[in-house]
Amino acid sequence: MDHFLHLLSSGLARGAVFAVFALALVLIWRAARIVNFAQGAMAAATTYVAFAVTAATGNYWLGLAAAVLAGALLGLVVERGVMRHVARQSPLNSVIVALGVVMVLQAVLGIAFGNDYTPMRVPFSMEPLWVGGVPLLSPYDLYVIGAVAMLLLALGLLFTRTAVGLRMRAAAFAPETSRLLGVPVSRMLTLGWTLSAAVGAFAAVLVIPTELGLNPHATDTLFVYAFTVAIVGGLDSPVGAAVGGLVVGVLLSLVTGYLGSTLAPIAVLVLLVVVLLVRPAGIFSARQVRQA
Amino acid sequence: MSAHSRIDARAARWRPGPTLRRLALTVLGLALAITATLALEPYRAYQAAVVAAYLCATAGLTLLVGRGGQLSLGHAALMAAGAYGFGLTSNALSAADVAGPVRLLVPLAVGVASAAALGALLGAAGARLRGPYLAGLTLAVVVAVPAITSTFSRTLGGDRGLWIEIERRPEALRPYVGAEQWQAWVALAAAALVLFVLGNVGSGSAGRQIAAVRDDEAAARLAGIDVTRVKVATFTLSAAAAGLGGAVLAYVTQIANPGAYSLVFSLFLVVAVVVGGLGSLAGAFWGALLLVALPELTSSVTDALPVSAGLAQRLDGNLAVLVFGVLLIVLMIAAPRGIQGALTAARRRDMRPRRPARGATPAPGPAAQTQGDPAARAPTAG
Repeated sequence: MDHFLHLLSSGLARGAVFAVFALALVLIWRAARIVNFAQGAMAAATTYVAFAVTAATGNYWLGLAAAVLAGALLGLVVERGVMRHVARQSPLNSVIVALGVVMVLQAVLGIAFGNDYTPMRVPFSMEPLWVGGVPLLSPYDLYVIGAVAMLLLALGLLFTRTAVGLRMRAAAFAPETSRLLGVPVSRMLTLGWTLSAAVGAFAAVLVIPTELGLNPHATDTLFVYAFTVAIVGGLDSPVGAAVGGLVVGVLLSLVTGYLGSTLAPIAVLVLLVVVLLVRPAGIFSARQVRQA
Repeated sequence: MSAHSRIDARAARWRPGPTLRRLALTVLGLALAITATLALEPYRAYQAAVVAAYLCATAGLTLLVGRGGQLSLGHAALMAAGAYGFGLTSNALSAADVAGPVRLLVPLAVGVASAAALGALLGAAGARLRGPYLAGLTLAVVVAVPAITSTFSRTLGGDRGLWIEIERRPEALRPYVGAEQWQAWVALAAAALVLFVLGNVGSGSAGRQIAAVRDDEAAARLAGIDVTRVKVATFTLSAAAAGLGGAVLAYVTQIANPGAYSLVFSLFLVVAVVVGGLGSLAGAFWGALLLVALPELTSSVTDALPVSAGLAQRLDGNLAVLVFGVLLIVLMIAAPRGIQGALTAARRRDMRPRRPARGATPAPGPAAQTQGDPAARAPTAG
């Protein structure tokens, strides 16, 4: 029972990060109707930035800030430099080009830093705190949950309380009408990519220290988990991403704890297949058939 | 397609049908390729075998992506299914003291069947999905391959892979044909089979149904096409081709290991079909050739560069990935129809001055099609 409670609570902390990474996918999907397959590789690149800045200054927080800034910049560059020029007749085109971005980023990281795993240091302990004789969350888990909650709050306020947020939502849902009403739709699209990449960078810096460490391919499985979260929750739904993230996080934690960590990718695959067969539109989506 | 109507109009003269003509071309091509391997050094023959194995997979993938509009990032996993199916069966037959052609053909068939079964499952799960969703599902499959091989490490050999006891070339051929040549023959025969089957499917009514489903599902359904069945069948056929590729690769390399069928390799296959030209079987050949040639080229470039040992080690492998990635982005933006598209366009430009329009100006659509199709041109010239 103690073991179960520990797995459940640490699963919630992992799930919070998956939720944020999935939210980054949802942000681009809502803005551009693109599933950004390059998001994992982009986040890996920005985590290297965090690592380099922390190593140079000795300050974790400077590294985190640098990663978020680098993420925003990378999102801008990828959208303006590459994705904008892709023909949109088929939704496959943007996926294929994003895969090209994955290959370029991972190859550059591999050439610059090598393919070995580099451990990352964090400012909080990862040993679980004991509450009433039961090992629960570690201080690092608490930090992650707090950071994610603040991020979600900030994004919620941005989209519901500010003029920019309103314009971004308008540009995503009715681009033609918005353009007629004077919303700079193309700039909103770029802003969506920038924001999404920054959010993805933030999530990767939080989660990579808890996994094997930093590696050009460290985010491959993270991307698959986030994609699963987005499918479980529905790509259109930020709330779905949050709930889906917690579901997948707890599932992975239980599978890892009881059956071994090698089974985690298989469990996610099974979940993905079951959701796609039973409820392909996602749990939080009202649409009947999912079409790109 | 257009050749059909011409033949109907000239029913007086018998001409071989497209299937028969394709069969003759395939047999001729195979005979030429097999003869050519005799002139190759052993290592080159081995490389030819690998190209042929890749060609099975890229041909299957180009049918799925180009004609079917379904993007799979899991073809490396399907090849792995073929490789492990081949390896386990071949080892089991060896343990039972079975030898002879059975020990080659049965494992190949089991490899194809395992990949096709996995493909049917994925196709069924993906039949209601389009574009990014199917891509994500197949991505999850390929990422799970190492997890599956280490979970069942006692049968599948874990990370180190599965060593395979194979049937070697027949006794009678040994004085004349090297081991690598024989492997290339097997691989070329497999590739010829895949090209023949996929060529027939692509140009027949099945190919039109596949394209109709890709272009407009609702319209295809109205036309009486069972959309789900077509999608699942396309995926299964494509998976079977990839499975044969994996099985042949396992035969040639005598090992099946998870590292060979990674996500990066899946992405390489996608690059190969895009570079060759989506939907084109000839393009699948160019792509498969590039998958073997480019890494060799980049590693010889790395060897020649005056860089430190550490950097050389990091460049090795990564440089090829970088070039493939840049190639993929540039081609998708600048020339989405790939090498084969560029070749066809060049050939059409060649034709134009020599073939001035006769009489009334033809309708633009069909005329352009018949011009590009040498088979359709033949009757008018004769």
